[in-house]
Parts: sequence; structure tokens; C-alpha cells
Amino acid sequence: MSQRTIELEILRYDPEQDAAPHFQNYVVPYHEDWVVLDAINYVKDELDRTLTYRWSCHMAVCGSCGMVLNGEPALACHAFVRDFPGRIRVEPLQNFPIERDLVVVMDGFIDKLSSVKPYIVPKEEKDLDDGEYLQTPAELGRFKQFTDCINCLLCYSACPQYALDDSFVGPAALALAHRYNLDSRDIGRSARADIVASNPGVWECSFVGACSDVCPKSVDPAAAIQQAKIASTGDYFMSFLMPWKRR
Amino acid sequence: METIDTDVAIVGAGGAGLRAAIAVAEASPSLKIALISKVYPMRSHTVAAEGGAAGVIKGNDSFEDHFHDTVSGGDWLCDQDAVDLFVHEAPRELTRIEHWGCPWSREPDGHIAVRPFGGMKVERTWYAADKTGFHLLHTLFQTSLKYPTIERFDEYYSTDLVVSDGRCHGVTAIEMRTGQVRFFRSKAVIIATGGAGRVFPFTTNGAIKTGDGMAMAYRAGVPLKDMEFVQYHPTGLPGTGILITEGSRGEGGVLINKDGYRYLQDYDLGPPDPWPRKKAMELGPRDRLSQAFWHEQKKGRTISTDYGDVVHLDLRHLGEAKIVERLPMVRELSQSYIGVDPVYEPIPVRPVVHYTMGGIDTDIDAATAVDGLFGAGECACVSINGANRLGSNSLTELLVFGARAGRRAADFAIDGGVGPADSEVQSAAKAMEDRVLELFRRSGGAESVAGLRRDMNEAMEAGAGIYRSEDSLQACTSNMMEIRERYENVVLTDKSNVFNTDLVEALELGSMIDVAIAMASSALQRRESRGSHQRLDYPDRDDAKFLSHSLARYSGTGLPGIDYCDVTITRSQPAERVYGGAQE
Repeated sequence: MSQRTIELEILRYDPEQDAAPHFQNYVVPYHEDWVVLDAINYVKDELDRTLTYRWSCHMAVCGSCGMVLNGEPALACHAFVRDFPGRIRVEPLQNFPIERDLVVVMDGFIDKLSSVKPYIVPKEEKDLDDGEYLQTPAELGRFKQFTDCINCLLCYSACPQYALDDSFVGPAALALAHRYNLDSRDIGRSARADIVASNPGVWECSFVGACSDVCPKSVDPAAAIQQAKIASTGDYFMSFLMPWKRR
Repeated sequence: METIDTDVAIVGAGGAGLRAAIAVAEASPSLKIALISKVYPMRSHTVAAEGGAAGVIKGNDSFEDHFHDTVSGGDWLCDQDAVDLFVHEAPRELTRIEHWGCPWSREPDGHIAVRPFGGMKVERTWYAADKTGFHLLHTLFQTSLKYPTIERFDEYYSTDLVVSDGRCHGVTAIEMRTGQVRFFRSKAVIIATGGAGRVFPFTTNGAIKTGDGMAMAYRAGVPLKDMEFVQYHPTGLPGTGILITEGSRGEGGVLINKDGYRYLQDYDLGPPDPWPRKKAMELGPRDRLSQAFWHEQKKGRTISTDYGDVVHLDLRHLGEAKIVERLPMVRELSQSYIGVDPVYEPIPVRPVVHYTMGGIDTDIDAATAVDGLFGAGECACVSINGANRLGSNSLTELLVFGARAGRRAADFAIDGGVGPADSEVQSAAKAMEDRVLELFRRSGGAESVAGLRRDMNEAMEAGAGIYRSEDSLQACTSNMMEIRERYENVVLTDKSNVFNTDLVEALELGSMIDVAIAMASSALQRRESRGSHQRLDYPDRDDAKFLSHSLARYSGTGLPGIDYCDVTITRSQPAERVYGGAQE
């Protein structure tokens, strides 16, 4: 069996040695069913121990291996080598500082995720002995899609608004806030409004929809943001009709 | 070396570590918590668990049934006091996660839905479609953000426990961003680093599951218990080893050989009908199903592929609607990675290393033999899993014993006695830093991390797989001892301080080698067959000699010492494990 090869053109940057990022090329023999991550692992194990990237699950659920492949944000473990022409340009996610090679600094994202209070704010604490909150499949269905985010950051890499202004809370964090706002067990919407309904929040989104296009889990953060805008507008007008409901 | 002072240091931020952190935070808001992990919490391998979490909640179920299923499933090697506690605390812990927002699948009236699982007499597995671990992990991570006393140290690779005078004083860890070693000086340490499936070449486990915490505790003087028991999950995708959940059989999927025959009926699991049926056929325990595959392969009744022999998991009769609702990830994984849509075609599967039943020897409160050191989750061995874990008990175990570890460590941090003089502790920590620096600066060695890791994988697969023998295990241990010697000559190519994965992988490999030797040595000494540990030369269970837990003790460069301790038996006397029609 003749082995096919692919050329990987990988962005390299070690802040201890390099003044600026540069590309390095590797030729990798590959199997028909390899994902790009397999090819990168081949480079690491056989060609260059210094190549630096994150990965773990190899099944598109841990969210570690988000990268830009030929200009498109993708999970390296979910993009097949066979689907590319003879060469793949591999770059770190856009819109984040590079820590080293394909590893980006994600502190900003973690801060944004925390800022939207992504946890249940219950009406009243329910005793464990009183069992679960009842939630029908229809109630679950209202927010289920928005629970599927794996925090891979592809949407931030694709987002034109985040590229312009990194104070924008961004697709994944806003979708998560919306997920809790829609949960029948939660009354935290007003507590989240400071962030969600603010300028760096949903109103900064220009609804290009690139986030939903690249999402590997079909979370559709663009839809979450649009729904949140509508809800937020409703809140704004309600605050005149029922001022006692203001916080 | 910078010292970071904290009250409770937790190593690992997967399900068990996060649950422990929240338990400490809730026990006392005055305790400082350092949650240290080599990856961001949501990358932890809990994320990959699919099928569900067991807990008695329905009227047709009972604690007694969950207890007996677990004890017999573990081939009577479980500690029965721990299992009792586990089954009683399980529903409360699962309900707590529900209160915290976990999107559990529901019945039409809004109650929690449950599904059948292997080896369970009654359907009692809570699930969130087929992404239960993912949802559990993200729910815990997001909830943990509520607690200001939980300070996270993401992407810090823990290297060693700092033990002086028989007491744990903290842990050293490399801040990956800078390459600097930090000393987390703490009153208590909880290890929650997960399993060690990466010791083997073909595994469902992510790259991060390298047994670091097990090895740290082991080197610090805590025995590793029951390490010979490694679970093969019967249904992994060939090539990648990606897990196809047992939930797919819980929903009615069947396993067929190359003749389209449901071969499990030939291995004391039948008759095949009526189907689905609890504790029979495809809903037998994982050890028995993986062993049945091995025999089918010997008989030439499996299907050969480029990635080894397989059987077929057939879900077609479930129909598209049910597959989409209950098993969306199974469908997506099959379509993406092997181009098979289970709505129209059966999925090729084969047994794959999945779970380490053994681990850090702890008591029922997660405490170890070293004062101030606790362990929970897959890295620990309480033991509720015995010789074979039942599917869906491990996610629950993370919660029950993660919480217990947190509460117990909090008590210890509050009440703990005074340790030795600070200089003694600092010099112990310094020795740990030196170990890392020596590896980092070493030059002139001939061995690469990738090459040695491959040799280790091959040695373990060849010698300590589903079926083992005196010869295979002798060869395995001696190969592993040679690999350990060669490890002394491992040299790094990468000399950068910034996110040096060559260094981290070298340290992970060191952990895996220690863990692998403990597995092979324990397996060699256990001259019987029990649960997941099957010896071709000793095919029967031998309660007279081996109704006991093995304890592997670290001895530096030599083979570990293996001794045994009693299994706690309260009310279930060892009997034959019975599945299928023989139950009636």
C-alpha cells in the first residue's frame, strides 16, 4: 500500500526565542481515516518534540484542540486530513494572544464565562429530601441546545465583533447565560442582565452568525444572542410599565 | 521556589476534584482552596462519560438491589460497608446535581428518567442523553464559580506530594505557562486525578489520563490497591478506541458476530429473548462481555478489519427517532469517525481499555495511610468496584466520594495537628523541585518519550490484556522493569520554559511506568481469575487464597512489594455470579 502524505504548515512561536511567529513545514504520511490531530501527533512523536498544542479526548467533546485549519476554525480531532488538499496551514485560534505555538491564552474567556453567573439561581433552596425539581421534556427542550457548548472557543475565533473589541462577552458565554435564563429552575435573569444586556453584552453582536457556522456542536450561539436581545428589549419596556419590577 | 499557602489543595479538577472543592467551600467559607489541574476543568476526562449515573430513585427499585448488583458485579471484591454507604448517598448526590442545573433527561411528567444498564437488575441509571459526563462536569465547573474561596490553578502540572514525618504538607506543581515549580503548602491534599488507561495502547481514555496522582501517592508511601483489575469496555470503535456507550445496549442494541448471531447466549448470558431484559445478554457486566469477545475471536467468528477484529453493535431496530433522542452522540461519533450511520448500519466495535478499578488505597472517608492525604474518584480505590465496575457507578462515585473527601479534608484542615518545622517541609519540597529540574536540564540521554511510551504500551497489551498467564505477566514485568531503567536516560528535546509539553509528557510517562509495574506485579501474584482479571492458567476464582485486596508498595527501583488486606463482607457471602436465564 503506497502511503499518501500531507504537508502541514504549522505556526510556531516560542516567546523565549522568537521575535515573531513563523511557519514551519512538516511532511507527514497519513492514513485515510486520520484526523488532523493524528497528523499533528505524528509530528510531535516522530519529527519535532518541541511542537506545542493542547489535546486530550480525540472525540470532539473536551474542547481542547481548537485551531485554525486553512483559515477556518475547527477541532483538530474532528477535521479529516483526507478532506484537505495536499497542504494544511495550521494556526492557533484567532483573537487570542499566543502563549506558544498553537496554545492560546484563554484567561479572558474564562473571566467572561464567570461573569455571566453560569449557575442556577434558585427561587428558594429546595431540600434534597424533597427530590428533584420537576422539568418537563418541553421545558428542558427550551434550553437544551445551549447546554451543549464545549468551550472550544471556535466561535470567538470566528467572531468579527470579538476581533474588533475583545471586551465583547462573546458567543459562548452569552449562549450560556441564555441557557440559564431559559431554565425553569432559575430566576437569575435580572442578576445576569448587568453583563448580558450591557454594551459589551448582546447589543454588541452584529449578527453575522459566523459563531453558529463554526460551532462543532450545533449550539447556535447566534440564535441565543438574538433571543436574548428580544428578551432584553422586553425587559426594558416592562421597566416603564411595571417600575416595581426594576432591580 | 515560590510557596503558595492554602488550606486544602486539590489535585485534579474533573468530577471528583470539583465536587470535593465545592464540599470544602460549603463546609467552611474560611478555608482557602487551591484547585490545581494540568488542564482547564472542562477538559477533564469526566467529560467523555456517556451513558449515565446510577442511583436508586424509582418505586420499583431499592438500595438492597443496587447493593447486590454492585457486589456481585464486582465478583465479591467490593468492600460492602463502602457499597452500602455509596448506594444510600447516591440519590442525594444526583439530586444535588439536579438542583445545580444538570440537564438530566426527563419523563413526560417532569421526573428524572432512568435507563437500564449492564449488570443492574432494575433501570436506575440517570442520564443526560448520551453526554452525561459532559453535562455533569460542566454543571460542576459552572457551579464551582459561585464559591469565592475556590481558587483555580489551571494548567499547573502536579509533580509530587510533599511528605514529612508521615504527614502530607502539600504538593509541588509546574506552572505550565512559565515553567516555574511552585510549592502549594497546605494542611490537607486531595488527589482526584482520574485513571491510567493511557498505560495501554488501545483505550477510551483521553491523552491526559496518565495516572499522575496514583503515582504521586504511591511514591509518597501509600499502597496502590487492586491494580490488577483493569476494565475493558466491550464496545469501542476500532482504530480510535472511541467509546460507544453501554446506554446503546440499555436502549435495546444487540451484539452480533460475523454470522449475525447474538453470540452472548453461548457464554452463560442467554437466552436471547425476550429482549431487552435486565442482567442478561447485552446487559450483562462489562468483564463478561469483553471476555466473550475474546472467545469469539478465538473461534474465528469475529469480523476482521484493518484495525483488528470486531463484532457488530446493531441499533437499527431502535429507529431513527429513538437514536436521535437518546443516543445522539453515538450516532454522531459513528458517522464522523467510521462513516457508519447506526440508523442504517451496525457499528463495528471491539473491547477497549476503559477504567482502572484499582487505585490509591483509601478508607470509606477517602483518607489514605498518610495523614492529611485523601483520594477520590477513579484514581482511588475505596473499594466499591471490586474486580469489575458496573457501568454508571463511576459518575456517581465521583460525586459521593468527591464530596466525602472534601468534607473530611475540611475537617482535617480545621482540626489537624501541628506539622514539623517549616524548614524541614521546605527542604522536602525543594527535593521535589530538584527532581523536575534534573530531568529538564539532563543532556546526553538516548531515550525519547514517544519511543519509550510506545514500548510500554506494547508490553502492557501483550502481557496484561483481557486474558493473562504466568508467562505473559513474567514477560510483562521484566519488560516494564527494563523500560523503567531506560527511562533514566530519557532526554528532552524541548528546553523552553513556556508550556513545555515535552517535559510534562516525560513526567507523565514516569507516572505511567510506575503504575504499569504495579498493575503487572499485582496481576502476576493473583493466581486466580476474578472479574476483569482472568488467568488462563488459573481459570477459577479462589476465595480461600484470594478473597482479599492486593496492596502494591513502592520500593524505588525494584519491583513493588505485594501484600494483601481483607475484603469487608457484611451480609453478602461470596457466591457464583449469575446472569441470563440462570437467575430464575
